[in-house]
Amino acid sequence: MALLSVQNLNVKFGGPFGAITAVNNVSFELQKGERLGIVGESGAGKSITGFAMMNLLNAPGFIDRGKVLFDGQDMVRLNERQLRKIRGNRMAMIFQDPLVTLNPVLTIGQQMVETLMAHRRLRQDEAEFIAIQKLREVYISAPESRLGQYPHELSGGMRQRVIIAIALLLDPDLIIADEPTTALDVTTQADILELLLHLCMANNVGLILITHDLGVVCQLTERVMVMYAGEVVETGKTREVINDPQHPYTQGLISALPQQTLPGTPLKSIAGYMPSLLSLPEGCPFHPRCAYASPECTRERPSLVQYRDASVACHEVNRLHQETLVE
Amino acid sequence: MSNSYLSPYSRFFQSDLTIGLRHHPVAFVSLVIFAILCLLAAFAPLLAPFDPFDTTQIDILNSERPPFWAEGAEPAFLFGTDDQGRDMWSIMLYGLRLSLIIGLGAVLVQTLIGVSIGLISGYVGGRVDSLLMRLADIQLSFSTLMIAIVFLALTQVVGGRAFFAQYAPFLLIVIIGLAEWPQYARTVRATVLAEKQKEYVDAARIMGFGPVRIMVRHILPNSLASIFVISTIQIANAIIAEASLSFLGLGMPIAYPSLGSLIASGFDYLFSGSWWITTLPALLLVVLILVVNLLGDWLRDSIAPQHVPEAG
Repeated sequence: MALLSVQNLNVKFGGPFGAITAVNNVSFELQKGERLGIVGESGAGKSITGFAMMNLLNAPGFIDRGKVLFDGQDMVRLNERQLRKIRGNRMAMIFQDPLVTLNPVLTIGQQMVETLMAHRRLRQDEAEFIAIQKLREVYISAPESRLGQYPHELSGGMRQRVIIAIALLLDPDLIIADEPTTALDVTTQADILELLLHLCMANNVGLILITHDLGVVCQLTERVMVMYAGEVVETGKTREVINDPQHPYTQGLISALPQQTLPGTPLKSIAGYMPSLLSLPEGCPFHPRCAYASPECTRERPSLVQYRDASVACHEVNRLHQETLVE
Repeated sequence: MSNSYLSPYSRFFQSDLTIGLRHHPVAFVSLVIFAILCLLAAFAPLLAPFDPFDTTQIDILNSERPPFWAEGAEPAFLFGTDDQGRDMWSIMLYGLRLSLIIGLGAVLVQTLIGVSIGLISGYVGGRVDSLLMRLADIQLSFSTLMIAIVFLALTQVVGGRAFFAQYAPFLLIVIIGLAEWPQYARTVRATVLAEKQKEYVDAARIMGFGPVRIMVRHILPNSLASIFVISTIQIANAIIAEASLSFLGLGMPIAYPSLGSLIASGFDYLFSGSWWITTLPALLLVVLILVVNLLGDWLRDSIAPQHVPEAG
């Protein structure tokens, strides 16, 4: 059985103009110890999907339809008390900005010990011992003395390490990392990613990596899911998707990478903007920006179709595949 | 744990707040005066040469003696005596003690009620928030003095003077405390609304913490700055409210006078030459309020992060 199985997840936001759909019919599975990347530009619904898996959407957001089966339990149906037992304990989350994720008025030790004691019956010194161990695991020097320090006494990279240590504190089965390195500089970023990968592999922890950085996805994940305007447009093995992108949007994303451009030439980009969720175009949501759009794309919304190792939601890809089959 | 980090004690003495105090003479002097006043109040029974509540020590023949520098002063009575022959110095010490106790007590009541309501209102939001804040609006639309006057007058009539005299300090604490909680509730709610947006609150929820723990352990400590600042203002307000009520004859009875009732009792003698019975306690009250307000100003300047304290 899969560790996490998301089935037809729909997240809506109630608003003055009626509910808008932020996540539309998203389904995926994650095995224990597997690493999945969710990519897409800002507003594609990546982070919302992450929060929905914890069933922790802030009003006015809500899960309209669908199931989030974590270890067989439907997170959507559980009550607050049951959810609290899973959150932090079996499913942890790492945020984008380490500057604001730690509580500024509590010491590192207090925050770690509190997290431990909230879920387990431990004595203070036992909890401190585990905290020190976890800090050592994320390669923080002199972990004993860090316990008494406040977040502002640590650098950004150190803080993100502490946050990873807190996420690992209760040996969760799944870590959701929401842009874990965006706020860090490039060298620290590489260290943190390597650390995250190492820890996930060593402890057999599942990882959902939410990012807009395809490079990071390549480094860390086995499978990738590309989202656009709240929908999954392409999903498959990371290597396949990156090397041989099928969906025009994925192709656009990859050719927009700075590494794909010769020095001196302007950077490539996908023309236009992601549509407002309030006024999604009819048919395929990507068609106004798509170079291959046909009349069919403006009428009918494509659904995910599987080809070998990847699933793609695109009428054009579908047509090309059928033509090759006929030949 | 290791000993390489600072002890809370040295942390306090090396904190920006303590260092800032050294460079802020007005605040420093205020703090010293406030500390002296608190010590005087705390050790009133030891410091006072007479026990103003012991009738055997009071002699009506000693009434209206002037303070030591004026003509006709009795050396035993440093600051003279009041109209009943009580030593002004002793009775002012006890009065200061009562005023401070009632002021601090009332603020404690306000803090307890106001902070809990503000936290719940801000954190839970929605209908609960609307309901609590409308209650606060209603409470604020009555003036503190009006509520207190009505309530205290009723208690005096219903309970009788003896009953009233016995429970006056508690009544004053409760009434001033109840009348002013919305000040706290509003400030705390506003702070909580701002803090709630921060990611550490999301992080706490993701760690599986319950709402009470998040409110008390995570949001409250981050809201302490504004609670401190408003507390200094409220302590001054509460002492003034108590003094006003006592001055109007609705507060502490003259047998157990606070600074306010002392001022009131001397008021009748102000123009007959015994000016000190009113003026000395009034002076003490003014110094107390001034010092608390100056401290509050300094605290606001140093704690509020958007406010850079002037180097001076």
